[in-house]
Amino acid sequence: MIERIGRKAVGMVEAAGRSGQFLGDMVAALPDVATWGALALVQMRRIGVDSLPVALFIAAFTGVVLALQASYTFTGAVPLYFVGTLVGKSMMLELGPILVGLALAGRVGASMAAELGTMRVTEQVDALETLAYNPQSYLVVPRVVAGTAMFPVVVALAIAVGIMMGWVTSLVLLDLTTPQFTKGLRLFYEFKDSWFGLFKSATFGFTITVIGCITGLRTRGGAEGVGRSSTQAVVYSAAGILILDAFWAAVLLR
Amino acid sequence: MIRFENLSKAFGGKPVLQGLTLDVRDGETMVIIGYSGCGKSVALKHVVGLVRPDAGDVFVDEHAVSTLDRNGLNLLRRDIGYVFQFAGLFDSMTVAENVAMGLRRRGLSDEEIAQRVEEALALVDLTGAGDRDPAELSGGMRKRVGIARSIALRPRYMLYDEPTVGLDPVTSAAIDQLMVRARERLNVTGLVVTHDMRSAYVVGDRIAMLYEGRIRQVGTVDEMRESDDPVVRQFVEGRPS
Repeated sequence: MIERIGRKAVGMVEAAGRSGQFLGDMVAALPDVATWGALALVQMRRIGVDSLPVALFIAAFTGVVLALQASYTFTGAVPLYFVGTLVGKSMMLELGPILVGLALAGRVGASMAAELGTMRVTEQVDALETLAYNPQSYLVVPRVVAGTAMFPVVVALAIAVGIMMGWVTSLVLLDLTTPQFTKGLRLFYEFKDSWFGLFKSATFGFTITVIGCITGLRTRGGAEGVGRSSTQAVVYSAAGILILDAFWAAVLLR
Repeated sequence: MIRFENLSKAFGGKPVLQGLTLDVRDGETMVIIGYSGCGKSVALKHVVGLVRPDAGDVFVDEHAVSTLDRNGLNLLRRDIGYVFQFAGLFDSMTVAENVAMGLRRRGLSDEEIAQRVEEALALVDLTGAGDRDPAELSGGMRKRVGIARSIALRPRYMLYDEPTVGLDPVTSAAIDQLMVRARERLNVTGLVVTHDMRSAYVVGDRIAMLYEGRIRQVGTVDEMRESDDPVVRQFVEGRPS
């Protein structure tokens, strides 16, 4: 029993050390812009533009539900224009970043781990090295830069769509007027509401892409290994996002 | 010259190489034979620094590979072409883009790259296949593209990891001929790992048998054919124990 716990602890320390080494190698590869610059643009399209449909779909229905739940909760107790407040604050501070982050942990993290994992087990990563490319510059940095840069953009659009759908729902189903909704929306608005969610989503993008790259490049053992890496990427990314979410709330919202 | 000096490597506590020592002379093609899983590919990967040794080292032109940093390794790798067991082609690129990949790293102009790609594909009898995707190719064609990608770099050393594995006898013979042709045209030093004895006899100047992590015997093709060593005889004759 004690031996098993000890082995597990040693394994965790080793994994942390390897991840630290990975991040160090990644930072060392950052000056090699000639290699990763153009590739980052391709990744930005894949991570950003291609993720928009799923992100906006989630945001749209979240906006609808938020407006309806707020109305259900407030009716008879709180003025209904507070629907705008709840929709705006919830989308900007929490639901926009976290729901989009979790959805993209599946879409982006898993696909990244599967792609890099397949490259690893089919010797494409080794081939890159023998052709004098640094896999960190060629594979990792473009993905992490793109993820960190594009997540706030995707989340910003998702927040806008969520609020817009909350507004449409308020007009159509709740008999609110546009001035009432916007009054609620502006009531407790602070500039921090905007940058907090976007900053948080940039850290989510960084986390998801780093985890996707680490699990992908550490893949061993053929198709089964690729499947395992994809699953790990989703699980670890989701856990990482939730922990980061609580961390940033504790650090920045108190 | 490539020199393995007391090279040792273990994975998960299991020793794979245990003091491998071997010289590959300039201009020759050395074939390392041995049972599946005996560490032949691991030995080959040490030459280009894809695997770090636990003890000992590989020396290429007197450079100890394990002591080189990334820049040093990249300089060394410019002189080495590596043909992977399953070709290691980038499946998101066309055949021509695969062959051009290493050339782009060397800062050649687009015209030079296009010319070298064409030459390399011609040398492996794949003229006109540049626009095809690796997924459309047969195993033999993929191997040939892998060889073209390496020889396009005009290396001084060519390393082949199981070049005929998984191929039918006719395609294997064609790959053997390609390796011989590449050596004659480019005057490269070759290191081939294989368990295909027919291929070893065709491409090798000397053959070394790797057994239990060390070289059991090294000699010319004829010496290995007529070896008195029971382990070597059993392997080259393909007799079950």
